[in-house]
Parts: sequence; structure tokens; C-alpha cells
Amino acid sequence: MAEDGRRRTATAAEIVFRDVTKRYPGRPAAAVQRLSLVVPAGDICVLVGPSGAGKTTAMKLVNRLIDLDEGDITIDGRSIRSLDATELRRGIGYVIQQIGLFPHMSVADNVAVVPRLLGWDKRRVRERVHELLELVGLDRADAGRYPAQLSGGQRQRVGLARALAADPPVMLMDEPFGALDPITRERLQDEFLRLHEIERKTVIFVTHDIDEAIKLGDRIAIFREGGVLAQYDTPDAVLARPADEFVARFVGADRGLKRLALRKLGEIELEAPNGLAAGAPVAGLHTTLRDALSLMLSEGAEQLVVVDERGEAAGVLSVGQVGRLLAGS
Amino acid sequence: MSVHSAAGGPVHIPSFGRASACITNNDLFCPEWVRDNWGSVLQPALVEHVKLTAIAVAIGFAIAFAAAVAARRHRILETPIGLVSAFLYTIPSLALFQLLVPVTGLSVTTVEIALVGYTLLVLFRNILAGFRSVPEEVLEAARGLGLRGRDILWRIELPLALPSIVAGLRIAVVTTVSLATLAAFIGQRSLGTPMFVALRDYFKTEIIAAGGLAVALALGADALLVVAQRLLQPWARARAAA
Amino acid sequence: MILLDSVGPGTFLDAVRFIGANGGLLWHKAVEQLALSGASMGVATAIAVPLGVLLGHLHRGSLLAIGVSNVGRALPSLAVIAIGISAFGIGFTNVLVALVVLAVPPILTNAYVAVDQVDPDAVEAARGMGMRERDVLLRVELPLALPLLFAGIRTATVYVVSTATIAAVAGGGGLGDIIVDQASYRFPGVLGAAICVAALALLADLAVGGLERLLRPRGLRRADGRAAALAPEPLGGQAAPGQ
Repeated sequence: MAEDGRRRTATAAEIVFRDVTKRYPGRPAAAVQRLSLVVPAGDICVLVGPSGAGKTTAMKLVNRLIDLDEGDITIDGRSIRSLDATELRRGIGYVIQQIGLFPHMSVADNVAVVPRLLGWDKRRVRERVHELLELVGLDRADAGRYPAQLSGGQRQRVGLARALAADPPVMLMDEPFGALDPITRERLQDEFLRLHEIERKTVIFVTHDIDEAIKLGDRIAIFREGGVLAQYDTPDAVLARPADEFVARFVGADRGLKRLALRKLGEIELEAPNGLAAGAPVAGLHTTLRDALSLMLSEGAEQLVVVDERGEAAGVLSVGQVGRLLAGS
Repeated sequence: MSVHSAAGGPVHIPSFGRASACITNNDLFCPEWVRDNWGSVLQPALVEHVKLTAIAVAIGFAIAFAAAVAARRHRILETPIGLVSAFLYTIPSLALFQLLVPVTGLSVTTVEIALVGYTLLVLFRNILAGFRSVPEEVLEAARGLGLRGRDILWRIELPLALPSIVAGLRIAVVTTVSLATLAAFIGQRSLGTPMFVALRDYFKTEIIAAGGLAVALALGADALLVVAQRLLQPWARARAAA
Repeated sequence: MILLDSVGPGTFLDAVRFIGANGGLLWHKAVEQLALSGASMGVATAIAVPLGVLLGHLHRGSLLAIGVSNVGRALPSLAVIAIGISAFGIGFTNVLVALVVLAVPPILTNAYVAVDQVDPDAVEAARGMGMRERDVLLRVELPLALPLLFAGIRTATVYVVSTATIAAVAGGGGLGDIIVDQASYRFPGVLGAAICVAALALLADLAVGGLERLLRPRGLRRADGRAAALAPEPLGGQAAPGQ
């Protein structure tokens, strides 16, 4: 793959939840309560909320691992009920926390499962497997190895590759990085975002970690207990204007700072460089506003010089300016 | 020539013709007797024994497998099936063989029915345990990817249940080899036949030859299954190397 | 000699009647069988438990333990008894030797695995506290190893009691005498004696289980004896059906 920078925008699908309800017998509250939301094609929609809020249930309703009681879910306008469940699932990538790689199959065979089910010919399968392994950052040599020989991070990469194998328009991911150590988790998050740039699918991603949600989501859906949707908007909007007390508490009292982490120095308007900046700390265009603020505060500086890739000053940022940006938007 | 056994009383020498000193004295083991009687006594007994065992284990496996597949989905079936096979298991085989004779006659069928009955318990339990040992997340991933129930059974659960299944097969094979020797009691030819005949006359060589063959057969079959298991599980080898 | 008696639902009732009518005989034979089994188990336990426990404590000889288990489990019992007779002649002692040979493998293997696989953290803590090796073994490893150890003894007990039935062929006495003598006792006798063997095996199993419960230290969750029987290797596996 790679260097031609192929972008697959054709294979994403819009997902629509319409008044979806799921009740379990014997439990007073519904697991999912009249859920309605639209996930635009190609977006990453993160479902986030405390344990038991119904987010995993909501996700599993999409590929009918759990059947809904009321309402409907459509993928590109087609109701999920109009297809045979097994066929539906072959068109949806599914990644879970414990991964569930087949221990008795090699990495290549694991990845090839769905394509083979769909009847692809051998050559096409082989090419796709190699393409995906490279895409998820694995070595060609890993293709013949078995899951037991891989680390947790490598296994989850295989899990991702397996879910992407048949090029499904939709991906469901249930806390996929939850079982990994923080360093591996961060790396995989970054790689997943990079991957999404290339293989642009509609993703429904479940997590209980608000920071992960903010980092990954184009939109985040915050769930309250009882499967009730509390707010559904872009991360910046949720942080700036939480819908209620619950959301405000869930995103954390430092939501202002979290918002700063969403923007980079290269994206905002900087003040012109002036002579007062001698001795001030320096940061590149890719630095987030949050990190820039942190740098200024820890050095006790009022200002910070922003430099571009060549090391030349591109502008100046002041603490006051940061505050104004936050308040203004 | 009159020869006396250690227990007193004359001994009938089973093979006519050369009666070497070894045989006349009823030494522990006389190789020449084995050579002379291999084709007429020992080999047919061995062949019959292998056939009895193979048929019993094959049928027993088929039944136990079907029962385990049913029980894995419908948990309530496990207890009754388990009880029936456990019950069959406690009946002393010598008794069961005799009791079946009026029902199915002095035939191979009688023996096979009993032998199959005895394999059911081990095979059923082990196959079911094998299915149960498949990790839940593997099954969930399989369903989520869109594999059908039947595919999941044959391509995922069965390979992963192999260690437990082979363990059960080993016990079943070895037990059946042992029980098949007793089938001679109701006249069914097996390695037990020369043993019973020789026990009557207390002829040591024949006992040891037949007994030794039975032991060798059981150990050989066991070893073969171990090798087969290793060959069928390349991923286990990889795990051990990891 | 096999008579072609008929068998039907009535046979079961006849068997029960036989048991009722021949209590004395059956009791006598049962005692014979129990004596043979008990003696064999006694000798086998005396040999296998100390050896297995010691090897497990030293974490040595796993190949030996596994090898013995595999070979011993595979031995056809009639063959062992018959060969034993060839070597040592007919009689109580000789059948006993054969039964000991058959009983040692499951006991040895389970004893070894039970001690070998005791939670290493507990053992390390004990040593760290300054316990002597002997105390580590007796006060920590052995009590923790008890369930699995007893699972092996239970398996062997049922196996021996059942196999002792064949002892009749070798002059060892017991209920097998009735089972092989259809001529004298007919089907009700054969079935009746068979029922007694099954009952005997069950009682022996319960007795060993009761003994284990008595000896089990308080606070230990009971290891499921059945689960032990299922484990692929190297634990004793199923006892052979009543022979």
C-alpha cells in the first residue's frame, strides 16, 4: 500500500439510530432508552459513559449480537433487520477488548477469516492480508506466527486487521485498547487515527475513558445510566457547553484545559513576533495549546515563541491570549 | 510325557510337535513356542483384538460426540447423559457381557455393545469439557465476524477442544483394549482367549506372550494418539516455543 | 461355560431376591474382595504417596511421574494379573502384587502433581518465615495438596475394588467368584453379584471421600474430584469400569 496515499472514502456508511429501545426481562430500567442519533458516513462516533450506561449494548444492537425491542437502526438507509444476521455481521468489522483471536490459526489465517467466508480467491486474500498487516504496523514475518507468540499490542493490531479485512463500511469497537498498558494504548490510538485517515470507515467506538473519547471522536455520545443519551456533539462542543450537571461532571472539572488540548498552535492566529520575547520558552506549531500553556506556567513566562519547521519564529502566544481564546469560543 | 504344574496335576501342552525342555518345565518364557504359534494363535487373536477396539472406540466416539454437541447448547441434557454413561460404567464387564448374551447372542455385537457403553462416559465428559474450554471471547469474536453456528463448531471449537478430546480418546482406547481381553470369557476371540486358555492349564509362556501383546497394543495405541495430537496442533508447538 | 438363560425385566427382581436370599454368601465374598482391595491400596499408598510427595516437593522427576502414569494407566488389568500369576503363581499375594502395580500409577502421579503445583507464593512465604523444609512440606504443602492427592487415591480405590472382581480368575476370591460361575448361580446370581460390586465400589469411593473431608484443613475450598478426573494429563483419569 502506502506511498500512493490511497484514500478509501467510498466504503463508509451512514448509521442512523431511530428511537431504539432495549429492555432486559426482570430489570426495571431499560438498557437502552429511545436512542436516536445519526452517525455521518466516515465519522468516528464514540459512545462514552459510566459502567452500565448501555453503551456496549447500544453498539451490539448494530450487528445484532443483541436484538432490539423497539425502533430501528439503518445502515446507509437499509434496516439491519432486512438482512440475515450472519450476513450483516460479515459486512461489519468487530473488535473487542479481549480481542478473541483464534489461537489455533496463524495471524494470516485469522485476518483472512471473513474474506474467505465471502469467497474471495486465494490471491486476493493473500494480497489483502499483506496489505493489512503493513497497515496496522506488523511485520510480514508475523503472518505465519500464532497469537500465543505475540504481545498484547500486537494481538490487538491483528484484531484490527481482521476486522478491516473484508473492507466493511462500518466498524464496531468495544473498548479495544482497554486491556493494554498506557504506552501501548496511546500508540495504538495514534495509529488508529492514522489508519482512519486512510481507510475511512464509519466507526462506533465504545469506551469509559473520556480522554480517549475526546482524542478519537469526531463526535461523542455521552450516556447516562439507563441507556439515556445525555449529549451528542463534537468533543469541543461538549467540553465548551455541557448539556447538564451530569455531563459537566463526567467530562471533568478541567474541561477547559481539555479543550485546549484539542487545538494546536498552528491552527490559531498568533500575535506578531515582538522584541519582548527574549528568553521566552519556545514551542513548535504542532504543540497543543494545553502543552504550550503548561510550558509557560512552569517557566513562569507570560509569553511563548512559536517556531515553524525551519526553526523561524512564526508568532507569539501569551497566557492572556489563551484565556481569551477559551472564553471566546 | 507327563509334566506336572507347580500347582500339582498334569499339564496339557497346547502345541503338539516339538516339546522342548523349556516348555516341558513350564519355564517363564519360551520363545520357540511363540515362533511356532504366532500365526495360529497369537496373530489372529491380536488382529481380532485390534478390530474389536477400533470399532468400539469409533462408534463410542460418534455417539459421545453427538451427545456432547447437543449438551453444549442445551445444558440441561448434560446431567441425564452423564448419569446414563456413568451408570453403564459401574457394571462389571464380566457381568455385562454375560447378561447381554441372551439379548444379542454369542456374537461380536454383544461384545461391541458393552465396549461402546464403557467408552461413552469418558468420551462424553472429555469432549464436552473440551468445548467448554474454548475462551468466551473467541466465540464472541467468531459470532461478531459473521461465522455461522456450524462453522464455529467445526472450525473453531473442535480444533481448540482437541487436547481434551484426545485425552479422552487415549483413556477410552486403553480401557477398551483392557476390556476386550475379558470378552474372551464369553467366547469372543481376542488376546484374552490365549490368556484364558493358558490360565486353565497354567502355561506361562502363552500367558506372557498374550499378556505382553495386550500391554504392547495398549501402550502403542496410546503413543500413537500422543503423536497424532502433536501433529494436529501446530499452534501448541508454537506456544511451547514462545 | 455360558448358558443361554433368558434375561428380562424379571431378572432384575430375581437378582434382588438372590441378594436377599444369599446375604451371607455375598457378604463373605464382599469382605474377601474388600480385604484384597484394602491390602492392595494399603501397599500401593505406602509406596506411591511418599515417593510422589517427595518428588513433588523437590520438583524433580516430572518425566518419571508422567511416564509412570501413562504406562500404568494403559496396562490391561487381566494381562497384568495373568502375567503376575505366571511369574509368582496363583494366590492372594500374587493377585495383590498385580493390583498394587495397577494402583500405584494414579496415586503416584496425583501425589506428585498435587505437591508440585502447590501455590509457589505460599511455599516461598513459608520458607521466608524461616520454616524448616520438613515443616514446609508437612504444614504447608501437604495440606494444600490434599484435595488432588485424594482424588488420585479415590480413583485408584474405585479402580482396585472393581478390578479385584477379575481376581476370581486368579484364585483371589471375592464377588468375581460368583460372576464367573454362571453355571452355579445363573443370571440372578451374576447380576446380583454385579450389583454388589457396583455398590462396593460406590461405598469405597464415598469412604475415601469422607476420609478426605475429615482430613481436609478448614478454610480450603473443595477441589472438584470430578474435575480432576477430566484433566487430560497427567492425573489418573477415569477408573476402569468394573472388571
